[in-house]
Amino acid sequence: MARKLPHRDVVVIGCGWTGSIVANELTDAGLNVVAIERGPWRDTGTQYAPNYAQDELRYRIRHELFLRPAQTTFTFRNQQSQTALPIRTWGAFMPPNGVGGGGLHWNAETWRFLPSDFVLRSHLTQRYGARFLPADMTIQDWGVTFEELEPHYDKYEYLCGTSGTAGNLRGKIQEGGNPFEGARSRPYPNPAQQQPYGPMLFAKAARELGYKPFPQPSGNMSQAYRNPLGVRQGPCTYCGFCEWFACGNYSKASPQTTVLPVLMPKGNFQLRDNSEVTRINLDPSRKRATGVTFVDTSGTEWEQPADLVILAAYTIFNVQLLLLSQIGTPYDPQSNRGVVGRNFTHQTISDCVSFFDRTKFVFNPFISSGAIGMCIDEFNGDNFDHGPHGFVGGGYMGQVQTNGRPIETTPVPPETPRWGAEWKRAVRDNYQSTLKPGTGVHGSMYSYRDVYVDLDPTYRDRLGRPLVRITMDFHENELKQNRFLTDKFAEIYQAAGAQRVVKEYRKGPYDITKYQTTHLCGGAIMGSDPRTSALNRYLQSWDVPNLFVMGASAFPQNAGYNPTGTVGALAYWSAAAIRSTYLKNPGPLVHA
Amino acid sequence: MREGLGLCVTALLTGVLASACGSRPARADNEPSEQDFSMIERGRYLTTVADCAACHTNPDSHDLFAGGRPIETPFGKVLAANITPDLETGIGSWTDAQFDAAVRMGRGPDGERLYPAMPFPYYTRMTPQDVRAIRAYLNTVPPVNNPVRSNQLPFPFNIRTGMAVWDTMYFEPGTFRPDPQKSAEWNRGAYLVQGPGHCGACHTPKTMLGGDLKQQPLQGYTIQGWFAPNITNDLQLGLGRWSVEDVVTYLKTGHNRLAGASGPMSEEIVDSSSRMSDPDLHAIAVYLKDLSGTSGTGKPLAAGNLQMVAGAAIYRDLCSACHAPDGSGVDYLIPNLALASSVSSREPTSLLRVVLHGTQTVATPREPTAPAMPAFGWQLTDAQVAAVTTYVRNSWGHAAPAVSAGDVHKLRPLDSEGGG
Repeated sequence: MARKLPHRDVVVIGCGWTGSIVANELTDAGLNVVAIERGPWRDTGTQYAPNYAQDELRYRIRHELFLRPAQTTFTFRNQQSQTALPIRTWGAFMPPNGVGGGGLHWNAETWRFLPSDFVLRSHLTQRYGARFLPADMTIQDWGVTFEELEPHYDKYEYLCGTSGTAGNLRGKIQEGGNPFEGARSRPYPNPAQQQPYGPMLFAKAARELGYKPFPQPSGNMSQAYRNPLGVRQGPCTYCGFCEWFACGNYSKASPQTTVLPVLMPKGNFQLRDNSEVTRINLDPSRKRATGVTFVDTSGTEWEQPADLVILAAYTIFNVQLLLLSQIGTPYDPQSNRGVVGRNFTHQTISDCVSFFDRTKFVFNPFISSGAIGMCIDEFNGDNFDHGPHGFVGGGYMGQVQTNGRPIETTPVPPETPRWGAEWKRAVRDNYQSTLKPGTGVHGSMYSYRDVYVDLDPTYRDRLGRPLVRITMDFHENELKQNRFLTDKFAEIYQAAGAQRVVKEYRKGPYDITKYQTTHLCGGAIMGSDPRTSALNRYLQSWDVPNLFVMGASAFPQNAGYNPTGTVGALAYWSAAAIRSTYLKNPGPLVHA
Repeated sequence: MREGLGLCVTALLTGVLASACGSRPARADNEPSEQDFSMIERGRYLTTVADCAACHTNPDSHDLFAGGRPIETPFGKVLAANITPDLETGIGSWTDAQFDAAVRMGRGPDGERLYPAMPFPYYTRMTPQDVRAIRAYLNTVPPVNNPVRSNQLPFPFNIRTGMAVWDTMYFEPGTFRPDPQKSAEWNRGAYLVQGPGHCGACHTPKTMLGGDLKQQPLQGYTIQGWFAPNITNDLQLGLGRWSVEDVVTYLKTGHNRLAGASGPMSEEIVDSSSRMSDPDLHAIAVYLKDLSGTSGTGKPLAAGNLQMVAGAAIYRDLCSACHAPDGSGVDYLIPNLALASSVSSREPTSLLRVVLHGTQTVATPREPTAPAMPAFGWQLTDAQVAAVTTYVRNSWGHAAPAVSAGDVHKLRPLDSEGGG
């Protein structure tokens, strides 16, 4: 029997980017908020002070900051005909854990999606006809438009202090920025970071090929910054320990460096760390959440009653909690009915390794930051005519020099032995004169009828709850897209003067052991129709109106960008709707 | 401004216990009325300026002014008294005259002498009207029944009569006398600094017996393992490079373009100066900026000095990423070592403490970031800490005595009191 805690206005599940943003907004509205976080407390001064050992083996190779699979994991299979098996070592993505969530150890690549991304099915159908899309592709419109989200993108970027060059300022295309981006209401809060040699060389070649390269929007500070909440960050030192690490220099936007210093001291906010929410509780009508149940590390079960429940965990955990709490109809791929678990997506990433004459090129790849680099957007979304190519989707591509860390950054020609003196010689010869971006081709993954998550029939976690089962494979559309994009990408390096460009295409089947990104999306998607979406356009559950679900689980499909900018914008969008409308009259914000 | 709860600082209205039985005497005609909003409000503000809560509110209990917080002094421990209006265990049965004698004369209700952990040598500069206002406010807080035996000192310090000698040597009673040559603002600042703010409790050097060295006011003193820096206008050692606005911003927010507060000063900023009015902070700054210090105008160590060479290399490797190669830091985030007087202060206590053990700066509503300095004690040897601190104490215009490995070694234990 769970022990009951005093009632709160709001309980927030998870204290990463969205949990801390929404908690900050709702405490500002005067509500009494408790956030329950599965992992430990983390802050810069205590754990990641500037002289903490940014140990690549500990953090990158051994996954120090991530959830331990022994605590909770997932099962995986490519096809419905297969039996899914539990993931025992993280591979394709890294489930975050702890205060700050993935926002602590991201690269801080802070993009906006294209206006057409939000109306994807209507847009593509209108331009190419419905028959151009594969029959089993289940892409949808989001129910929210870029124009509606723009003020919230802006708010998130100013929270983070994003460094970048505007490409479209109130409809006017700007020199040096991304000309394909939607109109932004004002420039980035900080100028773009200074670029190392590799990205500059890439940009020069891209320009010569007729593209319009621009600096990647970055949550690594190009200069000292004070955000609208009064929290300060210092200039990035280009150390190259961003993704997989916490920033010790107060230079990378994270909940810790932007919002938690303001949230934590509030008298109407409380954080419970090391506490895992096991279910969202419903009243007998099953149309109203009464709070959550969680367990602490002693195994004691607690009930936290609340009027409003904000589910703000990582994508797949959001879906898991909905399934375990029996909120919304589970998705059934056979009948193509149900909403929880559908339109689950990831990403289609590939790279090129470009070898240059080592007597002429010295790239110093260790001068880097998580989101430093020059990109082009000509092949993203629907920025180009897909008609002749027979696929939809795309991605940005760029020389994004996230790091030059020694274990990962050992580019050698493919015929080199995998170890021994010859390998060592090849590493030495190529380290300084090879370009291998941390992010190269960042392709979209659209949604399909047979890519989804549900509860595993066999495997259970330590609490006896069924694990979530991922069924995912690449479809021909994405593989075609990747071949096309990777070839275009390689041309730029060739134009830059590389002696040899090795293309590392993304190939099927989807491999759960190889890291792509941590951008799992979908499973509890937003939309206009409760038959095909779990949430309405304000991220409010269609079934339980006092439940809002944040995060990329709301994406109907993944675009060709990193998702966090859109995740942040949606959190502000949803919080604004809660503050302006829901609180005055709690109930459904959309009547379907 | 007082830096934290320090050493001597504060405490005790001792003797309260013995005398505080019986009912409250009838109110004299001239006692303030609990309806006198203006006086109560002024008293509340002065209580903040005097930072009474720092000692008299035990952070473990949250009962406002109920006492019990242990105040460490070089002579032993003293517990802050209960100054709520509780009749039995607080000051509810005191007359205003008894309260005034305690605050401004260091005398308990039966005439016994208080220990100067209660900073009456500074409070004596306050006007009787201000002390009465404080009393009026204290009368309005909830009474808490909390007996406190203040005197926890060992023999012979536990004998109060010994304080008669101390008072003769160090205590100069009397309210603040304005200087007609100076502006009203200067005089207000002087009053706040010398009286309720009791800045000298931490910032003025002390004798062996804890009395102020009166010829060196506010020129810096080491207490509780921190060096409360020179806050005169001395160019090398004090606030000479700070503008009046820098001082105001620092006291208001804990941070400015040059420095961030940590250690005992954090507590002072949170509880006291961040809540003071802008005109009062401005007055304090004007006064401090008008105080001359004993200038240190020595020459820096030669660049070829072996400690300087090693220190420069360590600085470049471990410090320059945040503090910048030229020591300039980042405004409001990373202290400017080139302009921070605490770097080149006579005693390197704070500098060594911060390098060895790290510290978190203060968070205030206007500056919530509270950036931290990491600890390097686990990473650097005594000789290396000595070298890098010697280097920053003799770079960018600073000139200060070299630090030895032995100086560093003494501060290794976290609870070390440092020199002084």
